[in-house]
Amino acid sequence: MAEIKKVATRVGFGNALVELGAKRDDFIVLDADLAAATQTGMFKKAYPDRFYDCGIAEQNMIGIAAGIAATGKKVVCSSFAMFAAGRAFEQVRNSVGYPHLNVVIGATHAGISVGEDGATHQCCEDIALMRTIPGMTIINPADEVEARKAVEAALELDGPVYMRFGRLAVPVIFDDDYHFEVGKAVTLREGGDVTVIATGLMVNEALEACELLKAEGISARIINMHTIKPLDREAVLKAAKETGAIVTAEEHSVIGGLGAAVSECVCEEVPVPVLKLGVYDVFGHSGPAPKLLDEFGLRAANIAEKAKKAIALKK
Amino acid sequence: MDAATKKELEKIACKVRIGIIEGVHSAKSGHPGGSLSAAEILTYLYFRKMRIDPANPSDENRDRFVLSKGHAAPALYAVLAERGYFDPALLNTLRQPGSILQGHPDKKHIPGVDMSTGSLGQGISAAVGMALSAKHFGNDFKVYALLGDGEIEEGQVWEAAMFAGNKGLSNLTAFVDNNNLQIDGTIEEVNSAHPIDKKFEAFNWHTITIDGNDFDAIEAALQEAETVDKPVAIIAKTVKGKGVSYMENAVNWHGAAPNDELYEQAIQELNAALAALQ
Repeated sequence: MAEIKKVATRVGFGNALVELGAKRDDFIVLDADLAAATQTGMFKKAYPDRFYDCGIAEQNMIGIAAGIAATGKKVVCSSFAMFAAGRAFEQVRNSVGYPHLNVVIGATHAGISVGEDGATHQCCEDIALMRTIPGMTIINPADEVEARKAVEAALELDGPVYMRFGRLAVPVIFDDDYHFEVGKAVTLREGGDVTVIATGLMVNEALEACELLKAEGISARIINMHTIKPLDREAVLKAAKETGAIVTAEEHSVIGGLGAAVSECVCEEVPVPVLKLGVYDVFGHSGPAPKLLDEFGLRAANIAEKAKKAIALKK
Repeated sequence: MDAATKKELEKIACKVRIGIIEGVHSAKSGHPGGSLSAAEILTYLYFRKMRIDPANPSDENRDRFVLSKGHAAPALYAVLAERGYFDPALLNTLRQPGSILQGHPDKKHIPGVDMSTGSLGQGISAAVGMALSAKHFGNDFKVYALLGDGEIEEGQVWEAAMFAGNKGLSNLTAFVDNNNLQIDGTIEEVNSAHPIDKKFEAFNWHTITIDGNDFDAIEAALQEAETVDKPVAIIAKTVKGKGVSYMENAVNWHGAAPNDELYEQAIQELNAALAALQ
């Protein structure tokens, strides 16, 4: 078997900024002393005059981004998810969300796959926080290719965008001709018994789960929900109607994230069982990322188990 | 400035104060004290200083103003109305359902409002971002901001100050409305920000301390600001509640509306002051 190429989605973010920087000079990139980690450092190196380091002051960075956007200019700002969505939540809400400004927030090191840094840096609440802000678009790319395409699309959107990237190198699952559209879920495998709706690094786990289920004679539909807000309700409701059971998979708290968004949608219109796979209302801890994903049950086998439970709950 | 100009500005400030009292009284809530203290600063900026055109409020090259102490919205709205951005009759819809005049400034719906503010400490960062944008993209507009002296207890203000100082954003001028009162008492009683000038100087800003209710002093400070190659903080010593006798230096008028009787008294006092200037 050929070696699977693995790249972190944060690298896709950095690559996209450099690619876009070559095409256009109408946007500024901001970071808060994490450029080497968030990968905005690539842009800084290529276009030092278009990069501003705000220092370790995320609240001010978000405000500066809002001010730049308020003058009609484009801006991308970056930090770890914990600080961009967590620490600066109120700045994002009041200075960016309320005036509906075109600020792209590139939040990296999301989820427990941060690894060794431990719970203080493992943000499993960012999707929940950002979902509550009216007009916020939330994109959680599954691989490096999707990350690159999503950044380009985000820069063209009207209103604020929260982009969620990971630290851990994950399999590249899409080709360069992969079509990405904000708000449009991608059905990666057709299936009739159950649907797995996954986001971020769980998309690859979902694809593996599909194979595990197939071996047991179960036909699973796999949906990549890269855009969590606005949610592709049409894809969710179609899956509910056609497969009658749903499993959601995310590297995020089961409170307020993709699972919650899908549940809210399904129970309003086509109530079917929705089982959520995610982080179960606990803090993470230090350790190698792959071991943490095993320990927290964020693997293909866990998805397959959930899928069978969801099928058993069907009427 | 000549005496006639000064008198004209004083008349406008008087009308702005009337607009503040009208708005807050009709809303039965709002923040008159810190609105009244800032009437001269806002009047000078909008009538003498800023490169703006009320007929074209979203002109890309206009000077920007950010009311970082967003609760002084009644003052900003009264100035904008007086300057012709919208019908002054709207001031009586302040804080009412359906009105564009939200309790705190809303840039999406109010002509002339350059930034939505109200959560303290955030406006100054946006002003810094605007100044950075102008420098980066080669625009020559200037950015003005108004901070409260209680507001500067917010840590974000000093994050913004550090960045502006380090980047030498000389196109940014921030007033501190130093009326010395905040909700819970005098700023010394609550959590003194003094010495305010020394703090900004430590963050590489140029500072000027003035009587913030005096148009000559405001004009001189803004002229001095244009001669320095740093961001400028103008520490404006003001009287909270200025112009309404029972509100002056009274902490209880930070965030309360006058009843009908006190409203009449305030309007009478302000009308008398206006008449004296005619």
